[in-house]
Amino acid sequence: MADVTPLVRDELLPPKPPERRHLISIADLSRDDVERLLTLAETFAKTLDRDVKKLPVLKGRTVVNLFYESSTRTSSSFELAAKRLSADVMSIKAAGSAVDKGESLKDTALTIGCYDPEVIVIRHPEIGAPNLVARFTDAHVVNAGDGKHQHPTQALLDLYTIVDELGHVEGLHVAIVGDVLHSRVARSDVQALLLMGARVTLVGPPPLIPRGIEAMGCEVSYEIDAIRDADVVYVLRMQKERMLAGANYVPSLREYSARWGVTPERLRPGQKVMHPGPMNRGVEIDGVVADAADALIERQVRSGLAVRMAVLYDLLTHGPVGVKVAEIQEVA
Amino acid sequence: MQAPAQTAKVLLDADALGRTILRIAHEIVEGNADLERVALVGIHTRGVPLAQRLRRLIDEFAGVEPALGTLDITFYRDDLHVRGCEAPLHPQPVVRATSLDFPLDGMTVVLVDDVLHTGRTIRAAIEALFDFGRPARVQLACVVDRGHRELPIRPDYVGKNLPTARGERIQVQLVEVDEVDAVLLVPTPDPTDETDPETER
Repeated sequence: MADVTPLVRDELLPPKPPERRHLISIADLSRDDVERLLTLAETFAKTLDRDVKKLPVLKGRTVVNLFYESSTRTSSSFELAAKRLSADVMSIKAAGSAVDKGESLKDTALTIGCYDPEVIVIRHPEIGAPNLVARFTDAHVVNAGDGKHQHPTQALLDLYTIVDELGHVEGLHVAIVGDVLHSRVARSDVQALLLMGARVTLVGPPPLIPRGIEAMGCEVSYEIDAIRDADVVYVLRMQKERMLAGANYVPSLREYSARWGVTPERLRPGQKVMHPGPMNRGVEIDGVVADAADALIERQVRSGLAVRMAVLYDLLTHGPVGVKVAEIQEVA
Repeated sequence: MQAPAQTAKVLLDADALGRTILRIAHEIVEGNADLERVALVGIHTRGVPLAQRLRRLIDEFAGVEPALGTLDITFYRDDLHVRGCEAPLHPQPVVRATSLDFPLDGMTVVLVDDVLHTGRTIRAAIEALFDFGRPARVQLACVVDRGHRELPIRPDYVGKNLPTARGERIQVQLVEVDEVDAVLLVPTPDPTDETDPETER
């Protein structure tokens, strides 16, 4: 787990709980960890085709989903993943909960901690919220998106989808197009793709590409034609809700779409297209592209379920992070 | 598989193990009039090559090749070490492929495993099996029954009954996995892990 500067003075903190494993950032994972999770996800994906899809692995364990931001995919996927593993699931949304009455994240975490959940999945608009929850509870914490920082399970499911479709990640060229500045998905995906040996190019208008991001090890292009070289084109959503009021990142959505929208004409046949959802059809992605056979967008959602099952199972059953992937022997 | 300790005792050599498997195959043929409706399901790891051998043998005697499946019971175990961080040395079990490509409904499923001990593996296997369908009956074939059952489970086809002390280990080695065919008795490695006084020797 990455070190964080304490948000509260140390003497006010409760005694530190024993070290637990969390999934907060892709940066905390090694390549072995990622490979182990992907192998595990493949096993779980096979159970999704069965008549009886439920596995008794996490029977009697509790998983709490704590969502301070709206979400369809991630929250439904975590909820179903936990249910498929027979865990008891509680989903708490900020709207309609005590958060509306002004409860702080710390107090909500302490309250939920009283139920001894094994896992807390949290999405929050502020960076570092998962670390805070990890400090105040005994649960394993899974980051389901914190501000512009990280969304590690999205990156894992993207890797899984690419491997499932193309067989490997190593050596592939992935272009990530659009609003990189406000995107936690982009940050997690760049780290994950580079970790697995892919080449990554960020493409977008200069105001939406953070300056100096090349330091992560990716390339940057301000020309939309750069996506033609890529094996996979990863389209990001224009995050209107994160843009500061009055800031002019792009002159207008219509102009953005004309210059940076991913349209059939800008793609080469055979290029795979991905999008973390929800899509703004006609803005960053053309409807024709989104519905084409080369679009993996629904596959991503399906992968998300298997990957999140793998993450929950791995956090609760595995030893310390960094244990080698065990050899899988297939008997002929 | 690492080489057995020097003190390991060979209980069955390759020939004896071969004869044992042969006899189990004969018994399965005798016990099931309708071999078309029999499926052999090997439990990972060593149950899988055993089931393959049994199928080959049954095909030789009876001219019928029963359906073959493999079962991984990891997700059905009752001793999964949940919250691994408290015992960091406990390795996560390796999850292998479960493959049951035939409808189970109405079949006689013969579960195949190498050593029958507490019965917990078999309990998990039965539970896993029923998530795939509803077999007409489930039978159990194992090469060695070493006793110490903790559940009311009884094998239908047994290669050898080998009463053991609780601390001892029976190791069935198969060419497909271990490069040699043998059944070994590996004595308790830890002297504090005393022999179960109730065991009949």
